[in-house]
Amino acid sequence: MISMADKSIRIEVAGENALIIYFGEKTDPSVSARVQQAVTILETELNGKLIDMVPSYASLLVIYDQLATDHLEVRSTIRKVLNQLSDAVNAEGNLVILPAYYSSESGPDLDALAQRAGLSADEVIKLHSEMEYRVYAIGFAPGFAYLGEVDERIAAPRLSTPRMKVPRGAIAIADRQTAVYPAISPGGWNLIGLCPTRMFDPEAKPTMPVQVGDRIKFNPISRDEFFSLGGELGEIK
Amino acid sequence: MSGFKVIQPGLLTLIQDAGRFGHHRIGLTTGGPLDSLAFKWANRLVDNPMNSTTLEISFGGLVMQAETDAQIVLAGAEMPLKINGIEQDRWHAHKIKAGDKIEVSFSTQGARAYLAVSGGFQVEHSFSSSATVTREGIGGFTGEKLQQGDYLHCNPPVDHRGFRLPDEHRPDYFDDISLRVITGYQQQAFSDYQKRLFFSSEYKVTDRADRMGYRLEGPEVKPAIDGILSEGICHGAIQIPADGQPIVLLNDRQTIGGYPKIGSMIAMDTARMAQLLPGSRISFEEISIDDAHNLHCLAHVRFNNTEPEAID
Repeated sequence: MISMADKSIRIEVAGENALIIYFGEKTDPSVSARVQQAVTILETELNGKLIDMVPSYASLLVIYDQLATDHLEVRSTIRKVLNQLSDAVNAEGNLVILPAYYSSESGPDLDALAQRAGLSADEVIKLHSEMEYRVYAIGFAPGFAYLGEVDERIAAPRLSTPRMKVPRGAIAIADRQTAVYPAISPGGWNLIGLCPTRMFDPEAKPTMPVQVGDRIKFNPISRDEFFSLGGELGEIK
Repeated sequence: MSGFKVIQPGLLTLIQDAGRFGHHRIGLTTGGPLDSLAFKWANRLVDNPMNSTTLEISFGGLVMQAETDAQIVLAGAEMPLKINGIEQDRWHAHKIKAGDKIEVSFSTQGARAYLAVSGGFQVEHSFSSSATVTREGIGGFTGEKLQQGDYLHCNPPVDHRGFRLPDEHRPDYFDDISLRVITGYQQQAFSDYQKRLFFSSEYKVTDRADRMGYRLEGPEVKPAIDGILSEGICHGAIQIPADGQPIVLLNDRQTIGGYPKIGSMIAMDTARMAQLLPGSRISFEEISIDDAHNLHCLAHVRFNNTEPEAID
């Protein structure tokens, strides 16, 4: 059990109908697991009074209905829930395997990233696909999942000039984060490959193959497999 | 089903209901009306359920042709309303006939108006809402603003009641206003001096003011930190990027972000701010969360207890 005496947890006012819980100061799987546990319990405890919640790396934004409750009651419920959280990372999310076609054709920054890291492209692919990632947050755009953390050796800063157009499915790295672009968008992350799995499909159920707390692994596939799984190269500019 | 044909869409006309809630976890933002009070009045004056789909008209320029008998109302910014070329009162339900031409001209005061039709526009929901968020390509018609040639379906009930809001209850949309802010989030990263500067200075609405956020220009406010681990952003949150110029985040904001925030503006006041055009001046006033809560609840009671006059 953890308790509110744990100084690293703080509850702050965010807005007129929102409180934010800070579980820690940095990216950490056990902190992220606590965020997930809190989401699940608060959903029940604040049933009928919640408007929405936004879990992120080490925080949880709780937005409530001011006509059904108030900040005093919500704060007290949150305190109670925090005292129930277990310290163990038992809230293991699902393991989701995402196919990945790594190449300089599908990932125009793969070679530059390898060169900067003093590695071969194959070594970059190996390091990226061997690691199991955690979904820390979803945001920026619908279905954009922030995955962490990549091996330090393949961490790479954002491009100095973001691209106008990154294709849907682009597998990308920024610092120690990695992600799959859910839709065509501008973007400044380093592109190393393409994933044929749709990360956000408004028509599908569920709309996203992953949720916060899930574990992700990339499985390298060939060009032919990529196309047979419905992948498209898309335009990059 | 019958409805309205869009002859001219105007600069930015969007299909909006009250907004999209409960989907932040997949990265979907709220959308919905920037001025929720004017939106609520529009629906109420044609006796609609409060979440009915309306049109949010920014700046004006909308022309439509009715292909149905219905009641319509225009509430919000001062955009002259004409039916078959004759100017009509706003905040006032009007009976229209199939064939009538409805024009909403450019605003003389304020930026957003809401056009509601009896029974509401019938637009398919996407993630439990019809609200259009163009940045996400979600809601409305394929996530786009209204286009020439679009057809707005509706199904007006017969014997629908219409109302007018007495003049003394109609909001005005003047410039040079003070907007209430609750300090919160990373407020501790702002020194007392920086906070005083923020709350005692005048800021100008820049031309980078849209449904995502209003960028303001004025004295630079500097937090002691550059960035934070990305976290959830609530409606009205005031983000201070490296240039020290505040951005008030609104309905189409991204759900998470990594800039320090000094606090959040209350929704009653983001509604007033969203009626301002670039160049308008504003200032901030600090308010406690207790006072903000009371104001919100009182505003709800006031809305429910303000009786519009029945027409006919």
